[in-house]
Amino acid sequence: MVWDLLITGFLVLAGVFGLVGSFGLVKLPDPMTRLHAPTKATTLGVGGVLIASMLFFAAKMGHFSAHELLITLFLFLTAPVSALFLAKANLHHDRPQNLPHPEGSEWAILRIGTDTAAETLAGPVPEQPLTPREGRET
Amino acid sequence: MRKLFPHPQLTILLALVWLLLVNHLSLGSLVMALILGTAVPLLTAPYWPERPRLHNLPMIGTYVAIVLHDIVVANFTVARIVLAMPNARLRPAWIAVPLRLTQPEAITVLAATITLTPGTVSADLSADGRSLLVHCLHAPDPEAVVRAIQTRYEARLLEIFA
Repeated sequence: MVWDLLITGFLVLAGVFGLVGSFGLVKLPDPMTRLHAPTKATTLGVGGVLIASMLFFAAKMGHFSAHELLITLFLFLTAPVSALFLAKANLHHDRPQNLPHPEGSEWAILRIGTDTAAETLAGPVPEQPLTPREGRET
Repeated sequence: MRKLFPHPQLTILLALVWLLLVNHLSLGSLVMALILGTAVPLLTAPYWPERPRLHNLPMIGTYVAIVLHDIVVANFTVARIVLAMPNARLRPAWIAVPLRLTQPEAITVLAATITLTPGTVSADLSADGRSLLVHCLHAPDPEAVVRAIQTRYEARLLEIFA
């Protein structure tokens, strides 16, 4: 009984957050603010269903299910990437004029076709491609 | 040892993910997990010319706990803004966060964390990799958001990746 209530509670919570996230897409005023609603509210929306699922398998079926943990892991890995892609597409499309200036540089999207940030961070590109053996010893 | 396991953390992670995928513990799945955990790092080693070194392992646990807590709080904050705040009172803002982190892996973790937590989405990196462009859903005080990101997340990541 207690388990049923808990599982139902998490399912309802998840449904409410999923709905809020979708409503935010309709209600918020511009593409960048719209990006916030689905990236946030949906995490708890999916999370609630997954917690409910784990509780269900633990309490009703009597075995521990780990797939939910993996789904959470993969969700946390992929959600920021898709959000970043959408944000970048927006930046390219709208070219907002009110961007702050980074100290001593400019934003990477303003240099289309170059991958300057990655090159600076990784250091100069080695002249010989690394073989696995060399790569391991450096 | 170093030659067989060029990336021990990746080996452990891969084995763990495989065991979770199989969803039950048996000798067969453990062997398969170890085969994958050995083969994948060996085959992908050329793509990891510089591996991030992790220090302060307990801090990783603290960091994950803080981020999970913030994600839950973020969901309620964003839900309240979506449901209760009229669009006219919304103060969206672009902010530039100067970075002290230099490793690409560390910056990736920070950018992903920012996207997952309270009303912020990371949108771009500066061309020299020293600043992060972040969009805030509702930030009456953008400076406070920059400080929060630096003290709450970046300071801890600095200790982990140092």
